[in-house]
Amino acid sequence: MTLRMGAAVTALAGLFVSAYLWLYKLGAIGTIACGTGGCETVQLSPLSRFLGVEVAAIGAGGYALLLALTLASLQPRWAGSGRLIEIIALLAGGAVLFTLYLKYLEFFVIHAICRWCVASAVLIVGFFTLILLELRRIRRHTT
Amino acid sequence: MAEPSPMKRFYALFAVAAAAGIGFLIWQMNRASTPTVPVQVTVQPGDTAGFRGYTLGSDSAAVEVVEYADYQCPACQQFATVEWPYVRDRLVQTGRVRWVFRDFPLSQHQWARLAAHSAACANEQGKFWEYQDAIFATQPDWSASRDAGKIFRAQVERVGLDGAGWDACMSSLRFAGRIQGSADEGIRAGVGSTPSFVIGGRIYAGVLPYDRIKALVDSLSPAP
Repeated sequence: MTLRMGAAVTALAGLFVSAYLWLYKLGAIGTIACGTGGCETVQLSPLSRFLGVEVAAIGAGGYALLLALTLASLQPRWAGSGRLIEIIALLAGGAVLFTLYLKYLEFFVIHAICRWCVASAVLIVGFFTLILLELRRIRRHTT
Repeated sequence: MAEPSPMKRFYALFAVAAAAGIGFLIWQMNRASTPTVPVQVTVQPGDTAGFRGYTLGSDSAAVEVVEYADYQCPACQQFATVEWPYVRDRLVQTGRVRWVFRDFPLSQHQWARLAAHSAACANEQGKFWEYQDAIFATQPDWSASRDAGKIFRAQVERVGLDGAGWDACMSSLRFAGRIQGSADEGIRAGVGSTPSFVIGGRIYAGVLPYDRIKALVDSLSPAP
């Protein structure tokens, strides 16, 4: 499996995690599978919205975009392109920074940890790492 | 036989992972119809602003009684079904007492917060007291149920609430903070069990019979 394939699977997993949290916020999932109660505290906090939009919805949209771009990068016409990977790296970098902001809110403002949010954070960092490795591989290949 | 290409293998794996994820989400959506009202909710100032409890009776009533109760507590049910009708008809509706009901869900009662939230959603439609009566009357049915939410939902039709509005309110869990705020207020007031009544600044724990409440009210404000 290539780095891009690994990144695509990671983005897919992230999409499902954020979709799960979004469905919970929409009331489609009665009980959130969390165990600690921290997920509910975080999800029901006013800080679970960013600029009026549910953070879970932003996550689902973001992962869907990253997934679509990563799948596109696997197509033969984009396979040798570093440009698309640079765009994905830029977007993923932004997502990692946004995730760091959300972790700060969880730890220091809400004082509760949502396991699903932690899973999403691990996935986005993993995705970013794979994309950076792919970017390095392309640059080594072209020089 | 030729080996499948790496791309084909990847797409097959990807499809399996996607199907598993979709299956998980569908399973979660069908698993339970009953939401959970969180215990560890952060009470925001907006949750309790302007809310003193569910109030019944005249603003000019001489005596105010604050009841702290848990919908799943059998003693609260006993008071609600046996004593409350007399109290309501003879003391509240006659203008002598203003009754304030406050939530005090106990941690050992699985459905207490959900019941409190159901009643809060009924209150949004102006039918708190009717819904509360229905919830207490059906307590033996839902208390040991695995899905009390269905019984709470059935009372919506019985009381004549708008089902869609009530459903949306329940899904939002918007009163979770207010319920916790009410419980916090009770703890600050010195409440330790349910039902508890605050009458004339004193706390009376346990079921108070109508006669006892009337005597207390008479002592604070003699009957005309």
